[in-house]
Order: sequence, then structure tokens, then C-alpha cells
Amino acid sequence: MKVSDVVEKLGLKVLSGAKGLDLEVTGCYVSDLLSDVMGKADAGQIWITLQTHRNVMAIASLKDLAAVILVSDLLPEDDTAKQSEEENIPVLGTHLPTFEIAGKLYALLTK
Amino acid sequence: MHFTYNVEGGNFTRAGYASSEIKKILKQLNVDLAIIKRTVVASYEAEVNIVAHAYSGTIFVDITPETILIKFVDEGPGIPDIAMAMKEGFSTATSKVREMGFGAGMGLPNIRKNVDNMNITSEVGKGTVLELTMYLQ
Repeated sequence: MKVSDVVEKLGLKVLSGAKGLDLEVTGCYVSDLLSDVMGKADAGQIWITLQTHRNVMAIASLKDLAAVILVSDLLPEDDTAKQSEEENIPVLGTHLPTFEIAGKLYALLTK
Repeated sequence: MHFTYNVEGGNFTRAGYASSEIKKILKQLNVDLAIIKRTVVASYEAEVNIVAHAYSGTIFVDITPETILIKFVDEGPGIPDIAMAMKEGFSTATSKVREMGFGAGMGLPNIRKNVDNMNITSEVGKGTVLELTMYLQ
């Protein structure tokens, strides 16, 4: 499944990094602790978080993540969006809180 | 092959830059992907430690056909009790740093889990030296 498929099926907003919508999704990791993501997330995963600052993109890039979903209508900070564009890793948005979007993505990826 | 990067204490907008450069170099050298992944986790955590705790620091990278050696030398407050700092969940990070999702006391344990060899020395009031080794063969 591609990031664009997840966007379409879960009704997500593409907030930045649209060039990366063709990236292949291998799974998902949910955490707001950056070291937790650094230590445990794996390449190709979508990261669900409420963190909006630029370090999110540094980690997404270092870990080769497929995309970042910001929950509860949060928006990426300007330099986060800029780095997302540069790295071609999409930042996606949803009005849903973490539990609900994680549940929907889990259902989609384990179908 | 030798590279040096400067790290500015407190500047989180640049955190991860050196680790990103190290990752690019290792990819260009066709280093095994599993080793790159482990190196990047350790390098990023060590880089963020300088940003979060020190005033400034320098990262020295030496790559030979046998090893990747990365030395993080900082000028900062130092670590009074290294054994305590190595424990999962222990952190002296400020509340501002914690709000960003850092400072969960996972950095040094993450580093230890991912490298082949780790050596840390510190002098209170002067700074910390962290040496990480990855074996390529």
C-alpha cells in the first residue's frame, strides 16, 4: 500500500511533502517520545504523533519513514513543513485523536 | 576517511544534521544497511545529547574498512554519575526539552543497544567524551 492509498482511504489531509505520496507503507508506529521512535520504528512505517517541530522530520528522514500523521488538527511548524518538502516525506493531517486514527490505520494495514 | 562536525548546544533546529550527513556517507560507501541503521540511531541520540545538555560539541568520524569510529566531544556540565545516566528512564533534561518529546531517559540506553562498543568519560564542569565503535567485518 502506498501513502496515497492511506490518504485516500482514511481521508487525511496532505500538509506537506506531497512528492513522497508514492512511498510504500510497511506499517505504523505510534509515539510522542522521539527516542522511542528513534529506537523502535522501522523503515517504511507511518509515524502517528502530536509533535509538530522540525526534529520530527529529522527522525522521519533518518529512519526512512514513509510519512508522519499529525493528530487532532495539529499543523507542522514552518521549518517542519519545509524539511518535509525537501526530504519528500509527507506530513499528513487528521482531525481525529491518536487512538482513533491509529485504530483506523491498524484496520487498514491488517486487512 | 575522516570527517568533523560541530554541534551547537541548545539549537534543536539543527539537531540531527551531523547524523544525516554520516548516514549519507555510509550509504555512499555501501555499508551494510543494518549497520547503517544502528549507527544512525546511536549517532542521532549522541548528537541530541550534546544539543540538549552541552554548550557545544564536536563529532569526529573515522571510517576504515574494519570500523566506524565516532567520537562525540562536548564542552558542558559533564555527567556526575555515569551509571545513573545509563539507566533507562533517568534524565536531567529540562521541561522544555521534555515537551518536545526528548529527555525520556532513553538516549544512552538506545546508544548502548545499537553499537558494538561504547566508552564514555566525563568531567563535571568540563564536558563529556563518548566514543562509539561499529565493526564492519
